Amino acid sequence: MTTIILAIVIGAAFGFTLDRVGATNPNYIIRMLNLSDLHLMKTILLAIGVASFLMFGGQFFGVVDAGNMSVKSAHLGVFVGGLLLGAGFAVSGFCPGTGLTAAATGRKDAMVFVVGGLVGAAAYMLSYATVAATGALENIAGGKVTLGKIAETKYPALVDSISGELIGIVLAAIFVVIAVYLPSRLRLGRSAT
Amino acid sequence: MILSWQKGGILLGLVFFSAVLLVKPIGVSTQFVIFDGILWNAVSSEVVVKSDTAKSGYKSTNPYLNKSGGKYAKSVAEPFNYSFIFVLAMLAGAALSANLRGGISKEERAMPPVWRNNFGDDSNKRYLAAFLAGFVVLYGARLAGGCTSGHMMSGIMQTALSGYIFTAGAFLAGIPLALMLFKKEG
Repeated sequence: MTTIILAIVIGAAFGFTLDRVGATNPNYIIRMLNLSDLHLMKTILLAIGVASFLMFGGQFFGVVDAGNMSVKSAHLGVFVGGLLLGAGFAVSGFCPGTGLTAAATGRKDAMVFVVGGLVGAAAYMLSYATVAATGALENIAGGKVTLGKIAETKYPALVDSISGELIGIVLAAIFVVIAVYLPSRLRLGRSAT
Repeated sequence: MILSWQKGGILLGLVFFSAVLLVKPIGVSTQFVIFDGILWNAVSSEVVVKSDTAKSGYKSTNPYLNKSGGKYAKSVAEPFNYSFIFVLAMLAGAALSANLRGGISKEERAMPPVWRNNFGDDSNKRYLAAFLAGFVVLYGARLAGGCTSGHMMSGIMQTALSGYIFTAGAFLAGIPLALMLFKKEG
């Protein structure tokens, strides 16, 4: 029951926050991708930096349990799937989470996106065996791999000799710095508001 | 008005951190499969069945639902689980936030201004594009094994190689395409 309460609390906080940062508004996502307004990109970079810093910092001092980490496999499908998601992301201004939350805020285009998503997910379910047979889902570089070795996890590391927690903390700091110095637009010409 | 990137970034970061601290990293796209499975199993009850030999206690005739010891098959059979409830609560949270800030105008509900400025007012055109994009996005997310939240945010925050590979793919396709499609900024 505790996990269900946590699901409700964290899930609701996530949905609420996605709406407040502008991620449920496809205009902000499209304008991030056409480089005319990088507000959301700065938000995302800072969020990754903050979350990563707290998690690895907490692990370093032994107050955060590394056992809750869950690292996904690296394979060719990750890259191809990323390309497909990126294309649809650009056309619609929605990804799975922001499409769902945008639909919940009353956007009709997002509701249609979600229906398309359910059909796309079903298509993957039906084609999974064929996709797997191509070898595209075979692990590369060790599969569920992190950049450095993280204590008390089973994940192999790309670089064994450096502490994974330290790499995490340094990268977190770099993300925050990029968030700060990234300009609000990278497109030439006048700013349209 | 949306939050400044400073406030928004800290808030969003705290949510992602809380999830890993208390339960597990955030992920969304798997639940599209689980919902499909629930619908499919409702019309054809032999899709997911109990199994003493499967690790999860359930097996499926569909190889995807059946993978990893029937992990997804179990979620289909028992949707009252963390990840599925998480996504339902996420919908409620977003709806509440939008309501509190006064909701979304009728014009805005059909399409965002950047679409209108580049492709005109036809809402059916926008819906067709959104449907096709939804299909491609979720097919891609399942092929990748995660989406923007699971791979990009949760993956990179954990220094997962897969998170970086996914993010490279998403922006390599997303930025050039958006630059081509949306010449008028918005």
